[in-house]
Amino acid sequence: MAAVYPLIFAALLFSVGVYGLLSRRHAVLVLMSIELMLAAVTVNLVTFWAIAGDALLTGQVFALFVMAIGAAEIGVGLAIIMLIYRNRASVNIDDADLMKY
Amino acid sequence: MSSVAWLIPALPAASAVVIVALGRKMPVGGAEIGILSLATAFVLSLVLAVEVFGANVAATTSGVGEAFLHTARVELAPIGAGDSIFAGIRIDGLTVMMFLLVTFVSLMVHVYSLGYLHGDERFTWYYAVLSFFSAAMLLLVVSDNLMLLLVGWELVGVSSFLLIGFWWELKANSDAAIKAFLTTKLGDVGLVVGVVALWGQFGTFDIAAITAMVGDGVQAGGAPLDTGMLSFALIAFVLGVVGKSAQFPLHTWLPDAMAGPTPVSALIHAATMVTAGVFLVARLYPLYSAAPAAQATLAVIGAITLLMAGLLALVQEDIKKVLAYSTVSQLGYMVAALAFSYTAGIFHLFTHGFFKALLFLGAGSIIHAAHSNNLRDMGGLAKVMPTTFATFLVGTLALMAVPPLAGFWSKDEILVEAAAAGGYTGSLVLVVGALGGALTVLYMTRVLYLTFAGSFRGEGHPHESPRSMTGPLVALAVPAALIGLVNLPVEAFQPYAFSAWTMFSLEYWQTHPIAFEPAIAAVAVGLALAGFLAGWALYRALPLGDDDPARRLGPVSTVLAEKYYLDRLWTDLVTRTIVRDTAAPAAVTLNDEVIDRAVAGAGRATVATGRRVYDDVDQRGIDGVLHGLATSTWWSGARLRLSQSGNVQLYAGAMLTGVVVLAIVFAVGEVS
Repeated sequence: MAAVYPLIFAALLFSVGVYGLLSRRHAVLVLMSIELMLAAVTVNLVTFWAIAGDALLTGQVFALFVMAIGAAEIGVGLAIIMLIYRNRASVNIDDADLMKY
Repeated sequence: MSSVAWLIPALPAASAVVIVALGRKMPVGGAEIGILSLATAFVLSLVLAVEVFGANVAATTSGVGEAFLHTARVELAPIGAGDSIFAGIRIDGLTVMMFLLVTFVSLMVHVYSLGYLHGDERFTWYYAVLSFFSAAMLLLVVSDNLMLLLVGWELVGVSSFLLIGFWWELKANSDAAIKAFLTTKLGDVGLVVGVVALWGQFGTFDIAAITAMVGDGVQAGGAPLDTGMLSFALIAFVLGVVGKSAQFPLHTWLPDAMAGPTPVSALIHAATMVTAGVFLVARLYPLYSAAPAAQATLAVIGAITLLMAGLLALVQEDIKKVLAYSTVSQLGYMVAALAFSYTAGIFHLFTHGFFKALLFLGAGSIIHAAHSNNLRDMGGLAKVMPTTFATFLVGTLALMAVPPLAGFWSKDEILVEAAAAGGYTGSLVLVVGALGGALTVLYMTRVLYLTFAGSFRGEGHPHESPRSMTGPLVALAVPAALIGLVNLPVEAFQPYAFSAWTMFSLEYWQTHPIAFEPAIAAVAVGLALAGFLAGWALYRALPLGDDDPARRLGPVSTVLAEKYYLDRLWTDLVTRTIVRDTAAPAAVTLNDEVIDRAVAGAGRATVATGRRVYDDVDQRGIDGVLHGLATSTWWSGARLRLSQSGNVQLYAGAMLTGVVVLAIVFAVGEVS
């Protein structure tokens, strides 16, 4: 079954994203890692659509939605990072710890 | 009419309240309210008398039916054992007779006081208490049960206290009020014992029910009547009578009570309050006739009192005290009479109420003119005070039992009944009563001579009293002269007479006819004449002070001047030696050493317990639990907040771990 390859690929991609999310300190890299995870989800959507063979192209449509949301999220995320940088002269997320007790 | 009879005591009661509330703003200081209410009550009493007396006369003329009796009551408070305390009224001949006497004399006194207390600074208060007294006395006579009667009895005592001490600025006056109150209270102990004893024996306070049970010879539960127990209760009542009606040996308060305003003496110490005891015996007469021991007690006490007080009246220099001792003596007649005859006792009560009130009001008029109570400061008043003299003379003749004035008929009846009863007590009362009649004439002759004859010995120029004072004198002189005729001892008249009006049962009326004994009447009149001649011989020369013949009898005079040492007995022995020197210190010691210590010990124990409770239970127990809760919350919070590091990646890691764990759980669940 050829569908297993894209699924394995998506899982690897997600794992790379998770690793990046947890290990990077640079806010932009963290944001990019989140984009990797979203990409993995997109791949999964397309793969499962291909398996199910849905006539309404639901998987494809959702893939497009996820891309749009990813773009919007990058917009918002970069804006936040910009503001943090202006305030603190740093984009290291360890410095953005205002929310602790 | 009898359904609204409760208005008769209620009107003066309401008027007392209204006078206190509004009296000062009224044009005559509230007196008009009192007079109006008493006048209304008197008119109501008259209407009621027509109905009640008419019904009784209908029964006696036809010989069928029963004495008029109307009772109505409302429940006040249940007291267990199936009994309750009621506020009830009882309308019969005796009640209506007392209504007539009390409302009429009280009305006269209300009017008379307008002049006598004119300009007094507590004028309004005087009228309020006077009305209150009338209400209390009317409540006493109208009550149908012993409990309410006791209430009226005590209210009468309180208002008497207020009136005797009305001019309390003088210590002597307030002392007299306290003496009167405490002495009568001593007698009231007996009354309370009697009420409780009767309740124990008959299981009810209702007079009609008790009377009916005694008539049937049973007591509570249908057991046969225990006469010894009944006698005990009735003799206890006699103690109350001795206190209230100023009988030997508790009569000492009455002469001192003359410290009150004279109209008060006329109302309270002649016509009404002191007759309460006599009334009580009359009310319970069917019981007394079932208890010969109690009747004998009455006869002996009455006989001692009437003779003893008559002798004391001879040596008084204060005109009001002469009248006071005379009242004690006449009350002795009534009490003694009730040992033999219901009608004779209350008839003397009725006539005496009128003529003695007249005499007191006349004395008030004399005092008003002479500005002194003392017979030394009087004399020659017949010319300047014609109205007072004429009415006082009528009252005196009535008291002296001169035929055909009121006192003659009632006193004669007492002697006849005593003679008819016979035995030791009957003979005693007959002899003492006849002698007392001569004494009465003697001391009243003395008062007449010293007051009205000769020339004026006091200071200033006496003049006749105002109309508001002479008016009541004239109005009282009429019944004082004529009221005796309502019970003429003529056989054909009897079914229409006083004895029929006031009977408590038709059978008693039929079996106890009023008789007239020419021999006894002749002896009584002869003794009275002897008394007058002796008085004329002794007092014609107007002896005063040490010249007074009663003061030249050596030791006898000393005994009389010391009032038989009875005041010394009560004041020195009982009050000082026993109460002040013995009982009171003992009570103080008991109080300080035993009761105070017990109370203080209990207090300390309470404080110590409280401290222990505060320290151990409150501070350590309850506070400890709450403090522990707070501390543990704080401690766990301090540990938990360490997880809130602010490190976003840590949060994300935790989230991921959670997702992985959940995924494994679901996967395992799916497989199994």
